[in-house]
Amino acid sequence: MSVFTIREERCKGCGICVTFCPKQVLEVDELSKVHAVRKEDCIGCGQCELLCPDFAIFVDKVDKEAAK
Amino acid sequence: MMERSYEKYFRENRLPHIWCPGCGNGLAMKAIVMAIEEKGLSQDETVIVSGIGCSSRASGYMDFDTLHTAHGRAIPFATGIKLANPKLHVIVITGDGDCTAIGGNHFIHGCRRNVDLTVIMFNNEIYGMTGGQGSPTTPLGRLTTTAPYGTSVRPFDACHIAMAAGATYVARSTAYHVRHLAKLIGEGIDNKGFSFIEAYVQCPTAYGRKNRLGDGGAMMKWMRDNAVQLSAWEKLPEEKRQGKFPIGCFLKREAEDFNMAYNELVNRAGGAR
Ligand SMILES: Cc1ncc(C[n+]2csc(CCOP(=O)(O)OP(=O)(O)O)c2C)c(N)n1
Ligand code: SF4
Ligand code: SF4
Ligand code: SF4
Ligand SMILES: [Mg+2]
Repeated sequence: MSVFTIREERCKGCGICVTFCPKQVLEVDELSKVHAVRKEDCIGCGQCELLCPDFAIFVDKVDKEAAK
Repeated sequence: MMERSYEKYFRENRLPHIWCPGCGNGLAMKAIVMAIEEKGLSQDETVIVSGIGCSSRASGYMDFDTLHTAHGRAIPFATGIKLANPKLHVIVITGDGDCTAIGGNHFIHGCRRNVDLTVIMFNNEIYGMTGGQGSPTTPLGRLTTTAPYGTSVRPFDACHIAMAAGATYVARSTAYHVRHLAKLIGEGIDNKGFSFIEAYVQCPTAYGRKNRLGDGGAMMKWMRDNAVQLSAWEKLPEEKRQGKFPIGCFLKREAEDFNMAYNELVNRAGGAR
């Protein structure tokens, strides 16, 4: 599974991560901050992290057991 | 979360950066620190020099010895640094206006002298900082605040200029292709001589909006769909090249760099006193 770290103070809600996420995991709210609303669909491809121009979203893959 | 290794190259207390939502400058800056990390350059022996413009603000966020100079003048400042202290890695960040308009002469003569610099030009095809005036790289027909009926003058291809003027490494990539861009910047760092890397970036605010190109994500999709790797580009017939552009390393050649030429001159003249 994926663990998300979103640095809200850096996120500008540009939606680039939303555009390039292949699984529609992410959404930008009305306050222009991104949220992982469908975490369970994340495949951990890292596109959101790579293409965020604001260093605001990070995805770490952890195995389910370790996450408990 | 494990802190990402490239974060140590940023001045944490200066972030978030000033760039607009969706601006591509952050991605070009990310590619630069990825390349610096990959090449293992020390923060104490790397200097970042920039001119003036949105793009040139990058130096303020980067944790090295940094110099934010005057509009168009980053290359001469960087040349001075490289001459005074040849062991430093000197990286220049400039914009399309900074590099090819007001700084155009410094650019071509930096290439001609083959000064050992790595110059990264953030090309958003516009003067972003001052509100969207046309730059020498604005494509034909594009709307700008100085061309409300469309740009009527042909654009420069900055990579062509660098090749013709004598640079010894010339390449282009885009904000969408961050890893590829980082790899090319790394090759530029390795080259002993003038390396020029064009980083094609989106300016959704001063350029995208006026030309109805959509938000940052839409502009990056355009890069994904229209940038063609050089090897494929070379095989494309002319009619299929319409609207597309090549990315990759265009040129790599050997030539004596400016520091070496200068040292030889000093020796010929009887040595430094
Ligand atoms: C000597 C001088 N002339 C003009 C300006 C105004 N000025 C500031 S930035 C800029 C253009 C910036 O365009 P570019 O280099 O493409 O950078 P961008 O903002 O697009 O990243 C101009 C004309 C200035 N600061 N100094
Ligand atoms: S790309 Fe980055 S800044 Fe833009 S919405 Fe996503 S997390 Fe926020
Ligand atoms: S890692 Fe991939 S699938 Fe998961 S949220 Fe990011 S872009 Fe979407
Ligand atoms: S005006 Fe354009 S180049 Fe400047 S920060 Fe905004 S989007 Fe980026
Ligand atoms: Mg510009």
